[in-house]
Amino acid sequence: MSNSRRSAKAEVNYNEVPRNVRIRPYLIITPGLLILIGIMIPFVTAIFLSLTNYSFRLPTWKFIGLRNWINTLTNPSFYRALWVTIKYAFSATLTQMVLGTIIALLLKKDTLFTRILKVLFTFPLMVAPAIAVLIWQLMTSNSVGVLEKLLNVFGVMNFPWASSHSTAMFTAVLIDTWVNTPFVLLLVLAGIQSLPKSPFEAAQVDGASPWFIFKTLTFPMLKPFMYIALLFRLMAALQEFGIIYALTKGGPGDTLMNISLTGYMTAFQYQRLGEALPYLLVLWMIVNITAKYLVKRQRKLAMQAQGY
Amino acid sequence: MASTSTIKKERKDTSALVDTQKNKKAMTALESFGRNAGLCIYALFALFPLLWMILCSFKADAQMYNTVFRFTPTLDNYEAVLLGTDYFRAFFQNLIVSGGAVLLTVVAGVPAAYALARYNFKKKEDVAFQILSFKFAPEIMVILPVFLIFQKIGLYDTYFGLIWVYQLITMPLLIWVVRGYFEDISVEVEQAAQLDGYKWFNVFFKILIPLVKPGLVASGLLAFIFAWNSFTFPLVLSGFNIQTITITSLRYIASDTVHYGQVAVASVIAVLPEIIACLFIQKHLVRGLSFGAVKG
Repeated sequence: MSNSRRSAKAEVNYNEVPRNVRIRPYLIITPGLLILIGIMIPFVTAIFLSLTNYSFRLPTWKFIGLRNWINTLTNPSFYRALWVTIKYAFSATLTQMVLGTIIALLLKKDTLFTRILKVLFTFPLMVAPAIAVLIWQLMTSNSVGVLEKLLNVFGVMNFPWASSHSTAMFTAVLIDTWVNTPFVLLLVLAGIQSLPKSPFEAAQVDGASPWFIFKTLTFPMLKPFMYIALLFRLMAALQEFGIIYALTKGGPGDTLMNISLTGYMTAFQYQRLGEALPYLLVLWMIVNITAKYLVKRQRKLAMQAQGY
Repeated sequence: MASTSTIKKERKDTSALVDTQKNKKAMTALESFGRNAGLCIYALFALFPLLWMILCSFKADAQMYNTVFRFTPTLDNYEAVLLGTDYFRAFFQNLIVSGGAVLLTVVAGVPAAYALARYNFKKKEDVAFQILSFKFAPEIMVILPVFLIFQKIGLYDTYFGLIWVYQLITMPLLIWVVRGYFEDISVEVEQAAQLDGYKWFNVFFKILIPLVKPGLVASGLLAFIFAWNSFTFPLVLSGFNIQTITITSLRYIASDTVHYGQVAVASVIAVLPEIIACLFIQKHLVRGLSFGAVKG
């Protein structure tokens, strides 16, 4: 991340210090790492188990080589899940990025009104996915929901929300957007507040149009901040589980069955753990590669923005 | 002749100037109107669901269907959820698991954050990045093998098992954010304390910890919120003994005989502590949410 450039004065010269002091950092960091690595042993186990026919139903298991992987990669449901994952991740992330950036730009002026809004806008971000689904159920329910009553005024009756093929994705993305737009908003706003004043004053003196200022000054300078928001949002959206599970458990049909959901259902509903793991390992690879790429781009952009 | 024409021309110029000024004023008025209108629309989208949730929690089931904003408030729903169900138990169990997770993270994570901030050892950046990458590991993938292992070694459905797994949520956050706060303290502060004869752990506890305390408390609270909200881990790793709020709330979802007032109460109880916590950490929120990448 951008703060990886450490200040040189925070470093201690190690050739002059005795051995017991030299190993001190490793000792200090050990408990933290042990706890985390203890949790990551399962990762190795996951790769191993993906090569077996392990199931909660069978008393024994045996090594079956790459059969799970071949089954998964030739299964059309894998590609459907992959497509749902990508569709969900991109529509949710894009909506949140655009909306969050617009609202952050609107909040730019520092008045009492915007100061209060900034605090209030952080509230949805604190809400757990399952609870967000509950809250939106109160909004969209066809019997008591206020949105249904509003739509009735416009002559739309019984809008199906999560229960129809055509609107389930929209509903899930809507809830995701409600929860997570403030995240983008906060990061972009922090970027806006860190912008230097002089280039903008110079542009205004030169009589540049607001759109030109945005295109050539604001946007490029905000880009590193937007990349961080994008990184965090895209990573989370690619593996979204809570909202979709609470909303429809992947339904109706397989409309919302992304890779996380399919992996979970294969392991626990159909009790085929060995078959579930290739799905999740592929997801892990996708997430990791995307994260590495975005982190690299972000570092480069942050350097450029600082004039390196 | 010539002079009158110049005067006329000047007059025209000034009137044009007044015109553009008027235009500008109208433009800024229009702009601020548009700005505020946009903000109000988004505020409606962001805040109305929460408001509606609170309204519904005071509505009696009978009034739920035929009223919108005008109704006689009642506390029946709160009574039904708090006394009639085990939701309150789930609330406390959630508190124990999330609180325990944050406590363990602070004890083990703060020293790690300090080491990553101050010492310069081999593979430091790799270690730091590895810790961050735990955050990006898909929870479902991690949880399946953990489920098997926990069932074998008897950690399934126990407080300790959940607290341990929650470290994946809380530890990377705390280490990365608190590391940044340590780096903000100039190394001279430490050296001065050492010259005064303090041992290094005294420097750590008596000088550094008080200095990073605001940031530490804020990131601890944020880690608590993340842990409180965790869904996947308790869904797979808790059974009858331990039920967190996010899992217990599932029973209110999408059932036909639902009491909507109780749904609202369940949400209010789950959300309220988080919103209160969120008010305390506003200053550190951006920094915490971005794992220290943006020092807002």
